[in-house]
Amino acid sequence: MKDKIFRLVLFVAALVILLLAAGIVYALVNRSVEAFGEYGTWGFISNAEWDPRSATEEYGALSFVMGTLYTAFFSLLLCIPFALAVALFNGEYFKGSGFSSFVSSIVDLLAGIPSIVYGLWGFYTVRPIVIEMGVNAQGFGIFLSSVVLSIMIIPYASSLSAEFLSMVPNKLKEGAYSLGATRLEVVRHISLPTAASGIVASFILALGRALGETMAVTMLIGNTNRIPQGLRDTGNTMASVIANQFGESDGLKLSALIAIGLLLFIITALINLAAKMVMKKLARI
Amino acid sequence: MNYPKITYTGWRKGKDKTAFVLVCLFSLITMFPLFFILWDVVSKGYKNFNLRLFTEVTPSSMDAMLARMNGEPIPGGILNGITGTVLIVGMAIIFSVFLGLFIGIYLADNRGKRFAGVVSYLTDLLQGMPSIVIGIITYAWIVKPLSGYSALAGSVALTIMMLPMIVRSTEETLKMLPVAYKEAGLALGSSYTNVVFRILIPSGFGGIFTGILLAVSRVMGETAPLMITALGASVVNWKVMEPTSAIPLLIWDFYNDPNLVELIWSSSLLLLIVIFLLNWIAKIVARKWKV
Repeated sequence: MKDKIFRLVLFVAALVILLLAAGIVYALVNRSVEAFGEYGTWGFISNAEWDPRSATEEYGALSFVMGTLYTAFFSLLLCIPFALAVALFNGEYFKGSGFSSFVSSIVDLLAGIPSIVYGLWGFYTVRPIVIEMGVNAQGFGIFLSSVVLSIMIIPYASSLSAEFLSMVPNKLKEGAYSLGATRLEVVRHISLPTAASGIVASFILALGRALGETMAVTMLIGNTNRIPQGLRDTGNTMASVIANQFGESDGLKLSALIAIGLLLFIITALINLAAKMVMKKLARI
Repeated sequence: MNYPKITYTGWRKGKDKTAFVLVCLFSLITMFPLFFILWDVVSKGYKNFNLRLFTEVTPSSMDAMLARMNGEPIPGGILNGITGTVLIVGMAIIFSVFLGLFIGIYLADNRGKRFAGVVSYLTDLLQGMPSIVIGIITYAWIVKPLSGYSALAGSVALTIMMLPMIVRSTEETLKMLPVAYKEAGLALGSSYTNVVFRILIPSGFGGIFTGILLAVSRVMGETAPLMITALGASVVNWKVMEPTSAIPLLIWDFYNDPNLVELIWSSSLLLLIVIFLLNWIAKIVARKWKV
């Protein structure tokens, strides 16, 4: 009897996750219907205009979608050499040694620093450097936020990649060594190809983090509501426009912001699904 | 005999060495930002890191400006943020720990079942969800219907963030326990409930507790979801249904207020100390109660 009740409690608890997910989708869709109804789904997504003045009120998501894609992909590009190096350091070259646990705990601490502290650091320390580099006069923009963002996502990409690299069977590597391969050749022809799908999946997950990162980007991107004209330009991401304008909005604007939230949710869900599918491929090998 | 291979080997060795040096160099560079950030926060924050920070509430912008003009230190601290963080995170812990524990036990015990697969997938989905979207949802669920920002809304947002982390760590820990533990308990005639509470949870305590600590340290510094749920307040508030501040929310306020901007570093310093302490304890717990 007691067991039956306990098992029921466990089942109900698991059901909560299902309800949460359903409630999330319902709340987002329900609150964004107004904006999608006003402009049409595609009309809302493909419109780059964002004008909250009540006389000429018009809302579209394109500027923020583009801003999000620019920052996320550029930061992913910047993080690849560093994250891959850390992954090789921990998962291959110094696997299991004291060096490796030192480096990985330092890099893990990077993941523990709150987004807002990254924002402060980016504003007070990195921004002057970016101005010095002559990227743009104020320093704010896609470039600055991508640089800070890339540091924030390195730990996510590197720790998972290192795990996959360390799972490469020793047999394969020993075979290559016995044929006279150098360490680099083993890495290039054995370790990396074997762990490839795991590494790709971890970078996809890091991309998902970059897409949804809010506070640091809000503080650094410059907050302009138009499609960025390149890396030197200012812009706004989907997350940053919500953080910036949600507080004082109501009516159609609120609905438009929630619609952007729904789009962001769909994009990150798809990214996670993609990572999962790539990993499944790995499991089959 | 002349081996052309030898010159070739030299070239290959050179490439090998270069790659090794590059990996070490890039790994070293990756560690720099942590030290830069710590240096920034500590060197700028230690001045205002005093008793006042813990015992006084945030001063008004006006008072801070007057003090600044007279060259005095800022007349106030972040007591309202500290109590707010304790309240919001505390409630989130209460909400998420038992629920997360039960879901984790369910998933570990029902592997391969279709429903468990769906729940497991949705847990991953929740874990990958941007924090600002969680803020929006909590706004739609709680702030709008109850017509007001509140500590409760903030803690619900943090609960949604903590839940998947606790579920995952519990599930992973329980999966690592030998099946014999469970079987031995059941074979001795113990009930399933007793096996879970007397055998599985105590043996997996290290992993489960570590997961909870890490989840707390993750949500401790969350700002975006709290901005649109708990809003912030300039007084100490222990009422669940009132707007409440938190340390990261105060940092955001100070950042936007040139009169109070000096306080951002000491508040960040406090936040980092707490987060790193939690991480450190988690590491010790994980090592001590290794499964």
